[in-house]
Amino acid sequence: MKKQLPLYFLGIVCALLVLPGIAADAIAGNKKQSSYELMSSENKAMQDDASLNPAMFWVGDGEALWQAKTGAKQESCISCHGDVKKSMRGVATQFPKTVHGKLRTLEGQINQCREVRQGAPKLAYESKDLLALTALIAFQSKGMPIAVKETAANKTDLKQGQQYFFQRMGQLNLSCAQCHDERAGLKLGGSLIPQGHPNAYPIYRLEWQTLGSLQRRLRNCMSGVRAQQFEYGSPEMAQLELFLMWRARGLPLESPGVRP
Amino acid sequence: MSKTSRTAITMPARAKKGSIIEIRAIAQHDMESGFRYTEGGKIIPRDIIRVFTCTYNNVEVFKADFYPGIGANPLIIFTTIATETGTLEFKWVGDDGYEAVNQARITVS
Repeated sequence: MKKQLPLYFLGIVCALLVLPGIAADAIAGNKKQSSYELMSSENKAMQDDASLNPAMFWVGDGEALWQAKTGAKQESCISCHGDVKKSMRGVATQFPKTVHGKLRTLEGQINQCREVRQGAPKLAYESKDLLALTALIAFQSKGMPIAVKETAANKTDLKQGQQYFFQRMGQLNLSCAQCHDERAGLKLGGSLIPQGHPNAYPIYRLEWQTLGSLQRRLRNCMSGVRAQQFEYGSPEMAQLELFLMWRARGLPLESPGVRP
Repeated sequence: MSKTSRTAITMPARAKKGSIIEIRAIAQHDMESGFRYTEGGKIIPRDIIRVFTCTYNNVEVFKADFYPGIGANPLIIFTTIATETGTLEFKWVGDDGYEAVNQARITVS
């Protein structure tokens, strides 16, 4: 009996020590978590191991496209930007970015380059070539923290994006925030609701059986709440993307990620 | 799907004679099942990889048949015994004249 007593007390002391810890976490509440943390060990391994990650095929395709001369001007990406490993390092952490007063996503910037510098037609969203180039560029920032900041130039767009995030939409009348802010960590159906940070795009989504952009994922959620989807490449999409990247600032990029 | 595509092999470059080696072979392929429809209601024809084979110094050591239920970009992980120094050849053959070949060298001591 004498031996059990200290153990019993130790239990209470432990419980008292643990409880304030949990409470403090819940109050702080704003610890950013990549949805990588919610995946099974198999899916984590698939993302981490380049020999298992199917998205690496798109990175390989992107490398070929980087060197290919195209368009009326017969220019390649490499002729302006040089080695992708050097010139594109950290670039994906800064997009969407305000260039000449207009907000541009990474995809938008690639298409801008194609039209103006190469004299080639825009690539369609979710086309293999655009995904390949995006994956190649995003891959050069793997492990680097998202560096989107509020600036004088992007202030209005950021505010508009924030408004979209908190605005109820669709027949189900839900906002992004109601799930991904207020109920992150709880369950929808059988699965955990992630915080919704765009830190691994473009992602190889097993459900899609292919690589997809952030905008495809956002349109997914919009159709889920029975809302009119924002158009691919629209200013609304760019503003929402900007807000999400700003909200996830500091989280390391995992691109190209794998998600279930 | 194009007539060929990217593939990747992951296996040890050297091994002890008689040891078991793990080989990972992944191929870039849409694996279109043939059961899906376009938005216009037209059926999308089946376009899949049918057979995967691995030969070790021209001796077949592994073979797999693929079916429409197998997902896109199929990954196969299998093992074999390192018997001698030489080349392993991997071949994927599929619908519509698809064929992809990859090779890897192994030194056995």
